[in-house]
Amino acid sequence: MSTGTEAPAVAGTEAPVTKEKKKAQLSEGAKAERRLAWMLCAPAVIIMVAVAAYPVLYSVYLSFQRYDLRFPDQAKFIGLSNYAAVLSSPYWWQALWNTVVITVFSVVIELVLGMCLALVMHRTIFGRGTVRTSSLLPYGIVTVVAAFSWQFAWTPSTGYLSSLFGDAAPLTDHWKALAVIILAEVWKTTPFMALLLMAGLALVPEDLQKAAKVDGASTWQRFAHVTLPLMKPAILVALLFRTLDAFRIFDNIFVLTSGGHNTGSVSILGYDNLFSALNLGIGSAISVLIFVCVAIIGFLFIKGFGAAAPGSDLKR
Amino acid sequence: MGIVPRSSQSRRRSSTLGSGVLTALVVSTQLLVACGSSSSSGGATLNLYIYPDNSGAVQQAADTCTASSNGRYHIKYQKLPNGADGQRQQMARRLAAKDSSMDILGLDVTWAPEFAAAGWIREWTGEDKAQVEQGTLQGPVETATYQGKLWAAPFNSNTQLLWYRSDLVPTPPKTWDEMLKMSADLAQQGKPHLVEIQGNQYEGITVWFNTLLASAGGSVLTPDGTEPSLGPPAVTALTIMKNLATSPAADPSLSVQMEDQNRLAMESGTAAFELNYPFVYPSMKANKPDLFTNFKWAPYPAVSADQPAHVTIGGINLAVSSYSKHPAEAFEATLCLRNRDNQKLGAIKGGVPPSISDLYDDPSLEADYPFRKDIQASLASAAVRPLTPAYQNISIVISHAVSPPASIDPESTESSIASQLKDALNSKGLVP
Repeated sequence: MSTGTEAPAVAGTEAPVTKEKKKAQLSEGAKAERRLAWMLCAPAVIIMVAVAAYPVLYSVYLSFQRYDLRFPDQAKFIGLSNYAAVLSSPYWWQALWNTVVITVFSVVIELVLGMCLALVMHRTIFGRGTVRTSSLLPYGIVTVVAAFSWQFAWTPSTGYLSSLFGDAAPLTDHWKALAVIILAEVWKTTPFMALLLMAGLALVPEDLQKAAKVDGASTWQRFAHVTLPLMKPAILVALLFRTLDAFRIFDNIFVLTSGGHNTGSVSILGYDNLFSALNLGIGSAISVLIFVCVAIIGFLFIKGFGAAAPGSDLKR
Repeated sequence: MGIVPRSSQSRRRSSTLGSGVLTALVVSTQLLVACGSSSSSGGATLNLYIYPDNSGAVQQAADTCTASSNGRYHIKYQKLPNGADGQRQQMARRLAAKDSSMDILGLDVTWAPEFAAAGWIREWTGEDKAQVEQGTLQGPVETATYQGKLWAAPFNSNTQLLWYRSDLVPTPPKTWDEMLKMSADLAQQGKPHLVEIQGNQYEGITVWFNTLLASAGGSVLTPDGTEPSLGPPAVTALTIMKNLATSPAADPSLSVQMEDQNRLAMESGTAAFELNYPFVYPSMKANKPDLFTNFKWAPYPAVSADQPAHVTIGGINLAVSSYSKHPAEAFEATLCLRNRDNQKLGAIKGGVPPSISDLYDDPSLEADYPFRKDIQASLASAAVRPLTPAYQNISIVISHAVSPPASIDPESTESSIASQLKDALNSKGLVP
């Protein structure tokens, strides 16, 4: 949830610069520049490797062990048994299914709403600062706090939303609870989507719009045939970021249902097995599988749809 | 604890005001002085990690013990999170990392075997052990015992009673069948008739199942704790749960109710019976004085008329961490924290039933604890939840299998629990 706040903005605004650079063959100066860039990046990369690589590799190592904190004597190497246990468990598939449903619905709704919001923010002439600030407010609220507000709002006798719908208790039903989770997720991260898309809108040259207007294109035609194609890289980056984020959903579910009524995501399942059951082997296997899923999503976006990996050159 | 925020605050001030540097210096000197003075008072600092107690009884006990130690130790009360899961997770996480800053641990009655098997807590032996066992109720001692060894000292205890409205029910029911029949009769007369009990998918429903199972003469595990036992008594217990859930006695929101929702429902006047802990008594007194006049208690209903109920025991046990740097002082302080005076204080101020037997005969408890004899009797024949390191997994299996109670199918639910328990005992497979 909290990751990648500034990175996408950078990817969006940098696009024109990197595009131009790509055209020229690498000269001596460019090579020197590239070396300098590497050196400037090096400290960050080294720290990232030190901080991220060790836990990641350690959890891969743990996932091949029978390792339960309560039975330390029984710890031993058991190969792929943990993966077999996870992949043959209905709990994993239920959690994966929930996660996919939440991811697909929340990202699609966010894309549509985020696009509307981005257009509004882009086109506002008066009070631009106020409009942008107010539409970004939900993103500035801590997810856990927001989730508690949703929980209270949907609980009979404490909530206004619940009494609005005749003392409904949607959190006590599988599908309704999932809908509330998606709603909370959409409310929270649509501004983020809008922010990324707004950066994309800035890529569309005003001249092209004017030219299309002169040629007699309607507002919708200009949006569909001029704006959208030019925004494609930004849209794909936004989708990539939000899909990866949504797939790892934890805090909203943890507060709203804590996984009750079969609403747990894969992250909730991993958390329960790691921290409640204290089973490091199984829990690590789940974490590694989540990592694999995230990697697959990233691969599909970059290779399949041609989204640019952050930092790499944008394709046209 | 307070050091970090305060110095960062002063740092911020110094960056906005040029002269703030001086302030920061003054503040940090004060902090240094404060640190110096606390350590110079001598003795070991013992960190007591236990549930957050808003009554002040735990803090007062810690202060009294510190004072009476003549400077040998200083007990620092560190509040754990509110929920039991949060408490267990914090302690387990830190103990797994061999955190030496935890000395005395407040464990829920179901955690001692788990912490003992993992090597996180020290065994009670010799004189200390004898002192703990002397005069303490049998049920609480049993919860702190694993594989014949004592791992913790019972701090307080807890158990459920049947609470009922004497204006609707002149004589309290002796058995579950009687209670459901009374409720159905009341429903026919159009009077408040609901039976309030914990039906949410959490520890509370496991407690309900365990109580019924023990009352029917069965147990979750075999005595050595390695195999599922269950059998016909479990089918009886599941049948009762299903009967309640599918009868007019069931609260419409039974499947999401926990202790506090039960209390609120009883106070709102829709229910005639409530199975709950004694905290409902002072609450009813404060919130609904008119209902309180008819708010009475009785022993927990039995499964069959010829055998009293065995109610699942709750409460907190105190253990000494294996990684504590001051074990001798920690054992001594624990004995002080749970002594007669401090347990009495906890009962009067905090409303928690004591674990020392003869405190229940203390006349000064009469005013706040008119039901003390019933609690004592209930604790004397209490049912203990399975004593195994894998308890958490077992509880999750049970609470998932019997939730929601209306969808129980006694025979098949019993066999489903039995087969899942085998995996849970070996910590194989996933927990949902």
